[in-house]
Amino acid sequence: MHGDHAPATSAGPAGPAEPSASGQSSFDRVIAGDGRIEPRDEMPDDYRKSLIRQISQHAHSEIIGMQPEGNWITRAPSLHRKAILMAKVQDEAGHGLYLYSAAETLGASREDMMQALLAGKARYSSIFNYPTPTWADIGAIGWLVDGAAICNQVPLCRASYGPYARAMIRICKEESFHQRQGFEILLTLSRGTPAQHELAQEAVNRWYAPSLMMFGPPDADSPNSAKSMAWKIKRFSNDELRQRFVDMLVPQAQALGLTLPDPDLRWNAERGHYDFGELDWSEFKAVLAGQGQCNVQRVEHRRRAHTEGAWVREAAMAHAAKKAARQQQSARGAA
Amino acid sequence: MTPQLVSATAPNGADHAAVPSSRQADMADMADMAEYLLWLGDDALVSAQRLGEWITNAPELEEDVALGNIGLDQLGQARALLSYAGELLGRNEDELAYFRDDVDFRCTHLVSLPRGDFADAVVRLLLVGAYSEQLYAALTTSADERLAGIAAKAIKEVRYHVEHAAGWAVRLGDGTDESHRRMQDALNRAWPYLDELFDPHPLTDHLDGIAVDPATLKEPALQRITAVLDEATLTVPATQRVAGGGRDGRPSEHLGPMLAVMQVLARAHPGASW
Ligand SMILES: [Fe+2]
Ligand SMILES: [Fe+2]
Repeated sequence: MHGDHAPATSAGPAGPAEPSASGQSSFDRVIAGDGRIEPRDEMPDDYRKSLIRQISQHAHSEIIGMQPEGNWITRAPSLHRKAILMAKVQDEAGHGLYLYSAAETLGASREDMMQALLAGKARYSSIFNYPTPTWADIGAIGWLVDGAAICNQVPLCRASYGPYARAMIRICKEESFHQRQGFEILLTLSRGTPAQHELAQEAVNRWYAPSLMMFGPPDADSPNSAKSMAWKIKRFSNDELRQRFVDMLVPQAQALGLTLPDPDLRWNAERGHYDFGELDWSEFKAVLAGQGQCNVQRVEHRRRAHTEGAWVREAAMAHAAKKAARQQQSARGAA
Repeated sequence: MTPQLVSATAPNGADHAAVPSSRQADMADMADMAEYLLWLGDDALVSAQRLGEWITNAPELEEDVALGNIGLDQLGQARALLSYAGELLGRNEDELAYFRDDVDFRCTHLVSLPRGDFADAVVRLLLVGAYSEQLYAALTTSADERLAGIAAKAIKEVRYHVEHAAGWAVRLGDGTDESHRRMQDALNRAWPYLDELFDPHPLTDHLDGIAVDPATLKEPALQRITAVLDEATLTVPATQRVAGGGRDGRPSEHLGPMLAVMQVLARAHPGASW
């Protein structure tokens, strides 16, 4: 999953000072030559901060995204589906871990990033503030949300910052499994009993527009995008990626035997793309502003898990310290 | 005493003139075999279901991943065992998992206890793991080749689960005052349910060379457990056992509510595929 390219509300921790003139020109050369910036390379402070913001938002999205799907682990309707879902939610935890590590290479600390999330100061993808009332939502999330994430993330495999690009290569492979699994869930439901078909259609009706909004506001309203594109962190605009996603969805929806809920959706031979209707951005903004059905619940859940686990983390540190002290003592005794 | 497959009490080579026709014997054997597979499969399924409740609730992200892994292993074991039982009973794994009531499950009470805190999870993983480690090790030489195959895969997984639980037991037992107290409390809560795992049962006598007499697993499993508890500076509780009855259709009070959640969707759409 991926952030919404929302305006940042918190800057990352201060990195080192601006690079020297020679450092700056080597940075520019690498970017111009489509090369990779690595952790030890000099980089402009803005570039570093912008990356920390984007990568940590992305990591938080993976972690918060575990909840709407985790909601169905105990109720998955077959053992086969239960196993796939457990593995998927576990993959998302893994994605969060790789991404926090990538952000750490820029000088951010996992503890600070986590605290920002728990304090409600850090953003994560708004899509996870929508609820999963039915099993079909697990199919719709896999197909549409993981699907949109892939469209967003495949270009990030070529992002200019090496550790981020490498994390994305690994993550994208797994996301494409997730999308296929979501598609399969919907296909089985669509071809199942009338009640199951209805569940699938109803879930697609709810998730379609929010998944299109995952690409962020229209280009004209996306102030952060230009800079990210100049730095080759981002390579396609929000609207380009959204179009690509819609073009991919239409034939897949036909294969599923499900309807995409947009009366304006039609092939435009002139453009060679599907035209689609206006999205209701006021709803997107309301969810982004905290008024989605699950905004409060998602952060609260993470906060509770973190708080309930505090004694475990403290004990692990205390034990490690005791062990180190004992080893030191026995080493002294032996000397 | 080392764990062993149930051995025949009749002298070797004795002719069983009194046995019923071989067809009836086969059917009785099949029912016994299925019942035994349900013991093992239901323990694994119910453990996996409880671990599933941990995902997104673990004390750190690494542990969400680890508990998920262990749950997935257990779920895999459950599916192999229930599929096999299902073939003998003419039902599939999902019919057995989703369309049996609590009184038809054959799991022990320990695995169905409510999730509790992380100390409860660690303790249960250690106790059930130490039992399973002995069980599956012994079953690798079962005369039933398919069960032996399932055990050979499971034993590798379970060894890792016990290692994982032992690591946490030591860190938490010998960590802070609070973690020590929580671990000891969790151990005290779980301990009365431990004995049920090792209760002898007539069923295993009927499955000569195929099943394991649970009583023979007790000593080596307890050795493993107490070694970990020693290192963790925890005390073996002196509490008495409780009655159990999970193998005989007297499930814990907690199993019903757990199954109500697990089965709700499948039962709302009988006959549907997913
Ligand atoms: Fe992911
Ligand atoms: Fe995913």
